[in-house]
Amino acid sequence: MATLLSSPKRLDVHKTYKLFIGGKYVRSESGHSIPALSEKGKVLDNVCRATRKDFRDAVVAARAAFGGWAKNSAYLRSQILYRTAEMLQNRREELIQELIRSTGVTRSQAEKEVTLSIDRLVYFAGWSDKYTQIFGSVNPVASSHFNFSTLEPTGVVAAFLPDLPALLPAITLMATTILSGNTVILIGSERYPLPIVTFAEIISTSDIPGGVVNILTGKRSELVSHAASHMDVNAIVNAPEFRNCIKLCMKAACLI
Amino acid sequence: MKNSRLSKKSSNGSHALSTTIVTNGHLTHRDAKPVPANQRQLKFGNKWSYAPAPESNSFVQLQKRYDLFINGKFVTPTSKKYFDSINPANENKLAEIAAANAHDVNQAVTAARRAYEKVWSKISPRERAKYLYRIARIIQEKSRELAIMETMDGGKTIKESRDVDIPLVAAHFFYYAGWADKLNYAFPGRTPRSIGVVGQIIPWNFPLLMAAWKLAPALACGNTVVLKPAETTSITAMHLAQILQEAELPDGVVNIVTGAGETGRAVVEHSDINKLAFTGSTEVGKLIAKQVAGTKKKLTLELGGKAAHIIFEDAPIDQAIEGIVGGIYFNQGHVCCAGSRLLVQEGVYSTVIRKLRDRIATLRVGDPLDKNTDIGAINSKPQLEKIRSLVQSGVEEGAKLEQSSCPLPRRGYFYPPTFLTDVTASHRIAREEVFGPVLSVMTFRTPEEAIERANNTPYGLSAGVWTDKGSKIFKIVNKMRAGVVWANTYNKFDPTSPFGGYKESGFGREGGLQGLLPYLTLD
Repeated sequence: MATLLSSPKRLDVHKTYKLFIGGKYVRSESGHSIPALSEKGKVLDNVCRATRKDFRDAVVAARAAFGGWAKNSAYLRSQILYRTAEMLQNRREELIQELIRSTGVTRSQAEKEVTLSIDRLVYFAGWSDKYTQIFGSVNPVASSHFNFSTLEPTGVVAAFLPDLPALLPAITLMATTILSGNTVILIGSERYPLPIVTFAEIISTSDIPGGVVNILTGKRSELVSHAASHMDVNAIVNAPEFRNCIKLCMKAACLI
Repeated sequence: MKNSRLSKKSSNGSHALSTTIVTNGHLTHRDAKPVPANQRQLKFGNKWSYAPAPESNSFVQLQKRYDLFINGKFVTPTSKKYFDSINPANENKLAEIAAANAHDVNQAVTAARRAYEKVWSKISPRERAKYLYRIARIIQEKSRELAIMETMDGGKTIKESRDVDIPLVAAHFFYYAGWADKLNYAFPGRTPRSIGVVGQIIPWNFPLLMAAWKLAPALACGNTVVLKPAETTSITAMHLAQILQEAELPDGVVNIVTGAGETGRAVVEHSDINKLAFTGSTEVGKLIAKQVAGTKKKLTLELGGKAAHIIFEDAPIDQAIEGIVGGIYFNQGHVCCAGSRLLVQEGVYSTVIRKLRDRIATLRVGDPLDKNTDIGAINSKPQLEKIRSLVQSGVEEGAKLEQSSCPLPRRGYFYPPTFLTDVTASHRIAREEVFGPVLSVMTFRTPEEAIERANNTPYGLSAGVWTDKGSKIFKIVNKMRAGVVWANTYNKFDPTSPFGGYKESGFGREGGLQGLLPYLTLD
C-alpha cells in the first residue's frame, strides 16, 4: 500500500468539470465536451460543451431565482456577497493553483489576481445597499404630486467572459450584476474555462441561492446567438470578440 | 391550558352571555346580543398568565472590574477609582467600571492622535473597510452574548436587545464598512477627507447601538476615536473593545474612557479633539455647544425629543394601536424619538383610548431576561424618580392617569405602562421629555390643527402619522418640523436611513449617506 502510494507511477484522479445550473452540477445534455488546454496546449481536463438547451435551462433557472433574489433586502444581498469573499479567502490556494496550471501565469501574478478578486467581492458587497442612495432621487416636480425615481434590477443577464484574466473579470461581472438583484448566466472563456468552473464550487458553498449565478462552458460562437435571441434574457454583457459582438447585436436588434 | 381556564372563567363569570367560545385565544360570543364596541372589555384580564421563560445567562462571563481601553490595551485609571454598575432589574452589582479623569482622557486622545497620524489616515480605504467588516462579523458571532449583557446592564428586554439592538449594531458596522472605499461616490466632484480625532459621548438607552452609530461612520471616514459610554451602561462598550482587539484593529484607533460627567467634560474640553459628537439630553447638549463655541471643533448633537404621534380618523386603528404601543413603550420609553405626545382626531378618540387601555393591560412588565417580557426595567433609580415626578406633575395639573394594573417586581426599578388623558399643550407632561413609558394624549379636529399642535414644541426629532390616505401623509409629513417622520409605522431604524433632529433636538445626521458628512471635510 505504502509503496503504491509513494510510487511515481501513481495515477492522478482527474476531475470532470460540469456545468453549474440552478445550483446543481450537471453535464451538458449534448454529451459533448471540449478539452481545457493549458497555456502551452497540453490537455488538462475536459469541460462540458454547453448547447442551446443548456443555455435555455440556465435561463429558466436564472428566471426562477430572480424573484426571490431581487426581493431580498439589499443588506442580505450585501452579506451574501461578503460571504462569497470569505469563502474565496479560505480557498484562495485552490484558485491560485488553477490559474497557474490553466493560464500559465506566475505564482505571484496568480496570487495577485485572487487577492484582487477577494477584495473586489468585498467592494461590491458594499454597493448593494448604497447605489440607490446615489442614483435614486426624489424629483422636484412643479405640480402637486409626489415623484421619485429608483433603480430596479433588470432581470436575467447573460455575461460572456473574456479569456484573460481568467478569474477577475468573471468575479467582477458576477458581483456587479447580482448585487442589485439580477441573476446571471456566466459563459466562461473557451480558452481558459477551468478557474471559473472551480469558482462555481465556491459559489455553491457561499449562501448565494441556486440559480442566481449559473456557469456554462463551451463554444462561445455557438452560444452567443442563443443568448442574443432568447426572449427571456434581459441584458447581455461583454461579448469579448468583435466578430461575436456584431453577431450578437444583429440578433438582439431583432428583438427590440 | 389557557383556553380551558378562559372557558371556565367565562362560564362562572357574572356576565350575561349564554355561550362564550374560545378560539385560538380570541373570544367570540354566540346567542348573545352584540355588545356595543364601547362597552366591550377584555375577558382574559390578568388571567392571561405566562410561565417564566428566562434566557439563560450562564455562558456570559462578566468581569469583576472593567478598565479603560487606551491605545489597544486595558489600563487602570490613574485615579484608581472605580464605580459600580448595577443591574436595574434586581439592583445587584454587576461589575466595577473605571472612572477616567482628565489625565486618562488626555492619554486616550494622545493615543488616538498617534494612531491617526501614523496608521489610520495612511491605511488604504479598502483595508479600513475590511476592518469594519471584521468587527461586524464578530458582533454577529457574539450577538447572543452581547444581547444578554446589554439586558443585564441596562434593563431592556432580551426580546429587544436580541432582535433589535444587537442586529442593528452589526448592520451599522456592515453598512459603513462599505462606505469606507466609496466616499468619492458619495460626494461626486468633492474630495472627502477625514477630520482627525473624534470625541464621542453616548447615552444609556441604546448603549451598544449608539456606540455603533458613532464608531462605524467615524472609522469608515478615516478618523480615530475617543468614546465615552454612559456611566450606567459601560459593560457592552468594554466588550466591544475586546472585539476590536480580536479584529486586530490597530492600537489607538478606538479608545474607550468610562466615567460620569467629569470624564465627558474632559473629552469635550480637550484641545486636540477635532470633532465632537454627542447624543443625550438637550440640557447637556446646550452646555457642550457653549463650550465648543469659538473653538475649531466641529460638533453634531442628537438630543431630546417630544414626538407627536398623530392618529387620523381614517387610520387603521388596530395597527395604529400597535404603533402607539411600540412608539412609547418600546425600550421602556427610553427613546429620544419616542412617540410621547399622542394626537388623536376627535372622532376616534374614545375608540383609541379604549383599545389603548385594553392593549396596555396585556403588556408584561418584569424580568428583562424573560423572553416574554414586553417592558423591562427603568435604567436607573434617578430616572425612575424623574418619571414618577413628571407623572405626578401631570396629575397635579389636571391630567387623568391611566395605568396598567400589572404587578411589578419587588426589587429593581420598574414603572407600569402609563398614559395621561385630558392633557393640555401647556402641561409639563406635554412639554418635557419624560424618557419613560408615559404617553400624553391630546385631541385635534383638523389636519391643520394637528400640524400646529405637533410642531408646538421646542424639540423636533421625530413624528408619526397614521392615515390610510396617501396624499394626507405627504401633506402632513412636509409640514412636520421633525427630522424623522414615520407614516403608518413607528420606531423603525435602519443603517441606510439618516436620523437626527430639528430645533432643540440637535443637528447633524447619523445613518445613511448623510451620516458620513459629520465625519468628513469636503474640499
